[in-house]
Amino acid sequence: MEDNLGMNVVVCVKQIPDPASPGKLDPSTKTLVREGKLVVDDSDMYGIEMALQLVGTAGGGEVTLVSMAPNNETAGLRTGLAMGAAKAILVSDDSLKGADSLTTAKVLAAAIKRVSPDLVIAATESTDGYTGTLPVQVAELLGFPSITFAKSVSTDGTTVKVDRQTEAGYDEVESPLPAVVTVTAGVVEPRYPSFKGIMAAKGKPVEQLTVADLDIEGGVAVTQQVTDVVAAEARKAGEIVTDEGDAHERIVQFLEQLKVI
Amino acid sequence: MAFDKVWVLAEAFEGKPLTVVNELLTKARELGTTVEAVCFGGDAASYAADLGKFGVTKVYDVGDLGGSLPGVPVASAIAAQISEGNRPDAILFAQSYDGRDIAARLSAKLNLGVLTNLVGLAEDGTSEHAIFGGETLVKAQLTGEKPYLFLVRPKSFAPEETGGGAPEVTTIDAPDAGATNGAKISQRHVEERTGPKLDEAPVVVSGGRGLGESDKFAMVEELAKLLKGAPGASRAIVDAGWVPYAYQVGQTGKTVKPTIYIAVGISGATQHMVGMKGAKNIIAINKDQEAPIFSIADLGIVGDVHKVIPKLIEALKGR
Repeated sequence: MEDNLGMNVVVCVKQIPDPASPGKLDPSTKTLVREGKLVVDDSDMYGIEMALQLVGTAGGGEVTLVSMAPNNETAGLRTGLAMGAAKAILVSDDSLKGADSLTTAKVLAAAIKRVSPDLVIAATESTDGYTGTLPVQVAELLGFPSITFAKSVSTDGTTVKVDRQTEAGYDEVESPLPAVVTVTAGVVEPRYPSFKGIMAAKGKPVEQLTVADLDIEGGVAVTQQVTDVVAAEARKAGEIVTDEGDAHERIVQFLEQLKVI
Repeated sequence: MAFDKVWVLAEAFEGKPLTVVNELLTKARELGTTVEAVCFGGDAASYAADLGKFGVTKVYDVGDLGGSLPGVPVASAIAAQISEGNRPDAILFAQSYDGRDIAARLSAKLNLGVLTNLVGLAEDGTSEHAIFGGETLVKAQLTGEKPYLFLVRPKSFAPEETGGGAPEVTTIDAPDAGATNGAKISQRHVEERTGPKLDEAPVVVSGGRGLGESDKFAMVEELAKLLKGAPGASRAIVDAGWVPYAYQVGQTGKTVKPTIYIAVGISGATQHMVGMKGAKNIIAINKDQEAPIFSIADLGIVGDVHKVIPKLIEALKGR
């Protein structure tokens, strides 16, 4: 170790189509259309911020962003670099189009191995695909323990302590490092990139890799197939009332009809 | 039927299987000829009979986990069974905190495909997933090696008992998983919430950004209490730290299907709608008449929640 006090943290970052614009499926491949400018998934901003804070507290080390995206897309990664991450690794390969979560996990795990991190942070799930299995698959492939649904994270450099959300409340969980931790939204308040940060991000290294550059055990094989896309039973809009000071009476009436009151 | 043997991960809380387990077991009976359950946590013998009522003929009990998070030891125990030739065709998990961890570990351990966020599962093994706020259903199939792993959203199927007898309980061991099993629970905290549970309440009142500030969530809680319901929240105000994650309704939170859902100051992001559009009746109050939530509301009030809700609370109190 060059720096015993330092912490090297990898953050898995997903670059997704802007959630503000409506999603689309490719009618032939039946996978999400990922064209146009991609942005960093909002869910990942919390992980990036958490990683920057942990490295700051440790007094050394750096944050590396790892992402898989089509067409060498780096727009979303630049946001994370502008926030303060030191560098990024991007895997982009046509053979990964429509990759399932296990395939994606294999790719990310192979890329993460190159950095030998103390801690890997990911969001509990992405905003667009939201399978929520990828980070733990990555942990298994790396041989790391994992703690999901963290609502607070701290570390002394050898152990990570997490308050993990549960159905009934939360558990205090500890694990030796290296480990994978997934963070819930709201765990920290993500910083806005400063102008200086945005300028600095332009010069930060983004290592671009393809599948051939990575050592992926057993290669990549897609094990799921989308067979059909259909419209769900639509729910119709009902009565719309503009409040003139007495709309609460209409609600009371409605609740009475339903015999709730 | 697509499958011969189907396993269900039977998560339990305070000595009783979760409601979603009964939903999964009911579906498992449609999919396979034999339905068996995997339990963990240490008291499977005490609720095995409850599982039998839903058609389980055999229980594999991983037992007490000694403080480990369930993901690694339970997945290791299941993987060991499969390696020894005790191989189901499919395993159903709830899309829960631990269900996801266990399925993900197992998927990576045995190189198995996993389909998540299912809202439907046909007899031939075709899964259904709601996307774009529930407007579109995607159907998918796993093609690789079995068992197929399915993570199912709670409330996707109606539970139905068969009246079966108590199943045989067999203990299965979790092999030493080395470093991966490093995460240990040191302390558990139960946060008391009064009133009915969010995902079981007949009435849910949820608040969103339109409340303006965190203090105003008290209004949502008061209204929920008056209607004997549970308070919920949109992701926006959970992210903002106004209320804990446990309140969140939506794709990344809970799916609710109450008799009445009241959306207070919620615009209706697709991420929210997918978690509540199954409600029997939806009332929405929002000052923006273009808010997407109005497209699915049975009663939509275009108005200021700070005016409408206090008056509504007043009127309900006066009854």
